[in-house]
Amino acid sequence: MKSNQTPIANFFPRDRSWHPKAYTPDYKTSVLRSPSRALIAFGNSLSETTGPAFGHDMIGPLDNDLVLNFASPGMSAIGERVIVHGRVLDERGQPVPNVLIEFWQANAGGRYRHKKDGYLAPLDPNFGGCGRTLSGDDGAFAFRTIRPGPYPWPNGPNDWRPAHIHFSVFGHGFAQRLITQMYFEGDPLIPRCPIVRTINDPKAIDQLTARLDMNASAPMDALAYRFDIVLRGSRSTLFENRLEGN
Amino acid sequence: MTNVTPGPLYPFKESPSQTAGPYVHIGLTPNFCGIEGVYDQDLGIAMVSDKTRGERITVEGRVFDGAGTPLKDVLVEIWQADTDGLYNSPAEQRGTADPAFTGWGRCAADQTTGHFRFETIKPGRVPFTDGRLQAPHINIWIVARGINLGLNTRIYFEDEADANAADPVFERFEHKDRVATLIARGGNGKYSHDIHLQGPQETVFFDI
Repeated sequence: MKSNQTPIANFFPRDRSWHPKAYTPDYKTSVLRSPSRALIAFGNSLSETTGPAFGHDMIGPLDNDLVLNFASPGMSAIGERVIVHGRVLDERGQPVPNVLIEFWQANAGGRYRHKKDGYLAPLDPNFGGCGRTLSGDDGAFAFRTIRPGPYPWPNGPNDWRPAHIHFSVFGHGFAQRLITQMYFEGDPLIPRCPIVRTINDPKAIDQLTARLDMNASAPMDALAYRFDIVLRGSRSTLFENRLEGN
Repeated sequence: MTNVTPGPLYPFKESPSQTAGPYVHIGLTPNFCGIEGVYDQDLGIAMVSDKTRGERITVEGRVFDGAGTPLKDVLVEIWQADTDGLYNSPAEQRGTADPAFTGWGRCAADQTTGHFRFETIKPGRVPFTDGRLQAPHINIWIVARGINLGLNTRIYFEDEADANAADPVFERFEHKDRVATLIARGGNGKYSHDIHLQGPQETVFFDI
């Protein structure tokens, strides 16, 4: 590409019927926090196709181990030890390498280490609840944690969140930025949750449901769940003289 | 031959978004919410250093809900070009951006007042898809409890009136009075910019 040319690498448009809509009144907080005017669309410029990159040098050795990264020496978090692993892919099925993935969660009893969480279940002195890692060259990532507990929240009179882990993912462009939640296969709270049900398509909910993966478990140590993350694909710029593809 | 229903053209759908929830700080700004000792410092709190080139600015504001109440649990990220209009990104192919400027910032709003604040530089101009220059702007991404999919908007600057008047994105607005919702007020390096999620002053959000 000539240096004076504007690169054009539009991302696939977001399918906003697949994602949750902004206004989902059964999730009550969305009522006053949802724009009522239409979004304005335009083609991706460099402001959208570029994004920050993060280096391996910022990742500490325990950043992807929530069992140990907040624990006192010789201690570990209490709960069901699990490995969560998967790949970051784009909609074309291509791996998305070297992107930052951050995650956070409640402890085994459903209690968050956050001053706004007043749930009566106790904090675990050896569990903080945050972690991060970078995807590898093949898009793969893994971390170790304890399975979070469900917890009640003031929405309906008796609403409980299913066990879940929050994920924040960077792509290669700022327009790929995504936050989502991972659920656990077989959890009967999933179909009852108003936040899960902000998503209309059962296949989309299924995509957020991690599968038990016995093959990735560590015998006598930790079970494993597999969770792949898909970011927006980008269009090939077929007529921009880039024969090597992109 | 019978008709065959074709499979999907592309193998995967984007992972559907979910709200960041009220405890987003645990994951994205753990030191801010008292979880210390896991990371040295929170990501995205320092965008500039002594070596960064360009005009230093601060941008401060709040995000309001449809009842006019500031969001005290909102988290805002910004992404912007350097003083020459280059992005510090591997996807930048026009040249090398100022290595002393990250271009990316993250701020959890003050949990009492709801204010966010960034110390950054005034960005240079960046070309639009057709090569025309856009007015200086900062891209913003907003997540919070009650927001199901991160909201994208931009901050432009009141003291860039000529560039704003020719900005190609603003041309897309049918209702020109909405342009004002994207323009930060101020000058001399200090700007304030409030964002309204809903209602008569509703900020323009983009499907980018």
